[in-house]
Amino acid sequence: MDLTKDADAARATLRTMWTIRRFEEAVDDLFARGLMHGTMHLSIGQEAVPAGACLALREGDYITSTHRGHGHCIARGARLDAMMAELLAKETGYCRGRGGSMHIADVATGNLGANGIVAGGVPIAAGAGLAVSMRGGDEVVVSFFGDGAVNEGAWHEGVNLAAIWDLPVVFVCENNHYGMSMSVGKAFKVERLAERAAAYGIPGVTVDGNDPQAVHDAVSDAVHRARAGQGPSLVEAVTYRWKGHSKSDKNLYRPREEIEAWREQDPIARFERVVAATLSEADVAACRDEARDAVREAIRVANAAPDARADSLADAVYARGDA
Amino acid sequence: MTAVLPKHRTLTYSEAVREALAQAMEVDERVFLLGEDIGTYGGAFGVTGDLVHRFGERRVRDTPISELGIVGAAVGAALAGMRPVVEIQFSDFTAQAMDQIVNQAAKIHFMLGGAASVPMVLRAPGGSGTGAAAQHSQSLEAWFAHVPGLKVVMPSTAADAKGLLLAAIDDPNPVIVLEHKLLYKQSGPVPEEATRVRLGETTVRRTGGDLTIVATGVMVSRALQAAEQLAADGIEASVLDPRTLRPLDAAPIVDSVTATGRALLVQEAPRTGGFMAEVAATIVESSAFGHLRAPVARLCGLDVPIPYAPRLERAAVPQTEDIVRGARELVTAW
Ligand SMILES: Cc1ncc(C[n+]2csc(CCOP(=O)(O)OP(=O)(O)O)c2C)c(N)n1
Repeated sequence: MDLTKDADAARATLRTMWTIRRFEEAVDDLFARGLMHGTMHLSIGQEAVPAGACLALREGDYITSTHRGHGHCIARGARLDAMMAELLAKETGYCRGRGGSMHIADVATGNLGANGIVAGGVPIAAGAGLAVSMRGGDEVVVSFFGDGAVNEGAWHEGVNLAAIWDLPVVFVCENNHYGMSMSVGKAFKVERLAERAAAYGIPGVTVDGNDPQAVHDAVSDAVHRARAGQGPSLVEAVTYRWKGHSKSDKNLYRPREEIEAWREQDPIARFERVVAATLSEADVAACRDEARDAVREAIRVANAAPDARADSLADAVYARGDA
Repeated sequence: MTAVLPKHRTLTYSEAVREALAQAMEVDERVFLLGEDIGTYGGAFGVTGDLVHRFGERRVRDTPISELGIVGAAVGAALAGMRPVVEIQFSDFTAQAMDQIVNQAAKIHFMLGGAASVPMVLRAPGGSGTGAAAQHSQSLEAWFAHVPGLKVVMPSTAADAKGLLLAAIDDPNPVIVLEHKLLYKQSGPVPEEATRVRLGETTVRRTGGDLTIVATGVMVSRALQAAEQLAADGIEASVLDPRTLRPLDAAPIVDSVTATGRALLVQEAPRTGGFMAEVAATIVESSAFGHLRAPVARLCGLDVPIPYAPRLERAAVPQTEDIVRGARELVTAW
């Protein structure tokens, strides 16, 4: 799919990216004003990856996500009000206030969950792929993770299982250059993380993660392979996180100039320039406004909802009846 | 002690587990097995046997040696609608998979506010007595029983090995089934039908009025042997087997201790932080407290890793004679 020349696709891409950006700016602000608690991992600057990747998926496909998972959840089509309600600790939140930002999930859109454990979702994605493959379905699982995950045992075990069993999984690495403060330069001896694919006998490709089209093309290829029963692939999307790792980050491990240089590479501004020939200025402005309005509305709806209730705290420790 | 009904045959514990797996797989396409060497090899302890010939490699799935990956794949498959049954070769190796067991399987239903569940089973042999030493002989049930979101069972008979496993496969939650490697070759009457033993039900294996012995796993048969010897001396013991450690069915234990006034709690695992400490606390917090004629007593494995030398290995965990001695002391000293 050409995200830049097809007006509908361009609008969808731009709206998704703006929605992620505005959603995260809003939660950043709510947090700073003491109106949201817990911790928060923002993906501002990385919006092209979930937007491009999820456009390659269709209904029934699954994703697994990370501690930095707002973008994945939004790009997969989750409801902003239920997300915001979750972050605001409301009973109407996706997880009834039990999960928060780090465990946000929308099972209805195939989002099997964000994960507080680095690489925790990788073997789970392999398992979802195994379920699909055993049922003879043609659904695909996209597993998102950061560069830090690629050095975890869980990552290696999950990728290997998917590889030996030709499971329909696309492993999408969001290489934003840092695992907390540990830079990829220090954490890896390989130049490109996609090289790791070779060790498992699967294709690996590195793309510009600030270009939704590049991400989309690579993920689409991998999705086609997966649907055709040809097994998993690894897509490394090179991008950058503008904000600190989480709320406690003083950003002492990276130079200001580096952050500035990457802000110049803003995936959204870049995409707006690229689609200038496809979308009118009014169209672009409408995407922005729709995103802003949708987030505002989500905050309004969520704020009006009842707080998560402690009287049912023990309700969902165990599942009852037939799952 | 169990009455042998017409439809029971004698099976070994490991045959009983295999029969449960086969019956579950026959009726439900979603049930499949995942583990190291469970296919043609038949399982490290021979438990899966020839199941691969009956159900094929797709459903009796040999995995690479990667416990974390295996359990993670089971979590994902369960989330996506399957009913995986994982075999971990020795329960000690669950340490490799702890993230997926504790942080993923046990938590997902809760963290998602009930929106999804993880109906999977993890079977693993535990316990000492085979000379396999410290890294292949542990009794780790307290690790799992401590985690909300997990269910934990320890079958002590062949019939329970079958019935509890069938119930575990039905259950919409992650269930840890800790089999005992010394029990695999022991036999007992097992129903032919796919009869479930409900999770969360303590069973009374023997009734006697002088003291209550609560035991788990291989300690149940030792407690029953001890009770026979005690009976010869005129001391009658009740022997209770919780079978499910989490959720614990405490009522029969409380009732029995209320009647006998004495409790001897027997576990193979080391004493400190062990499961019987939980049972002891449950008793003293209950209405049985006022009926106690003696302090609640624990008989546990020593706080040491399991050693190799047979004599040392025996000394590290309670034996029948230790139970006899402990019970006699409890009854005569108080
Ligand atoms: C197993 C594990 N180890 C450490 C952490 C603490 N931690 C949370 S996020 C993070 C950095 C992860 O980096 P990466 O995978 O590159 O993702 P990013 O934050 O860059 O999106 C760390 C160290 C954790 N949550 N889980």
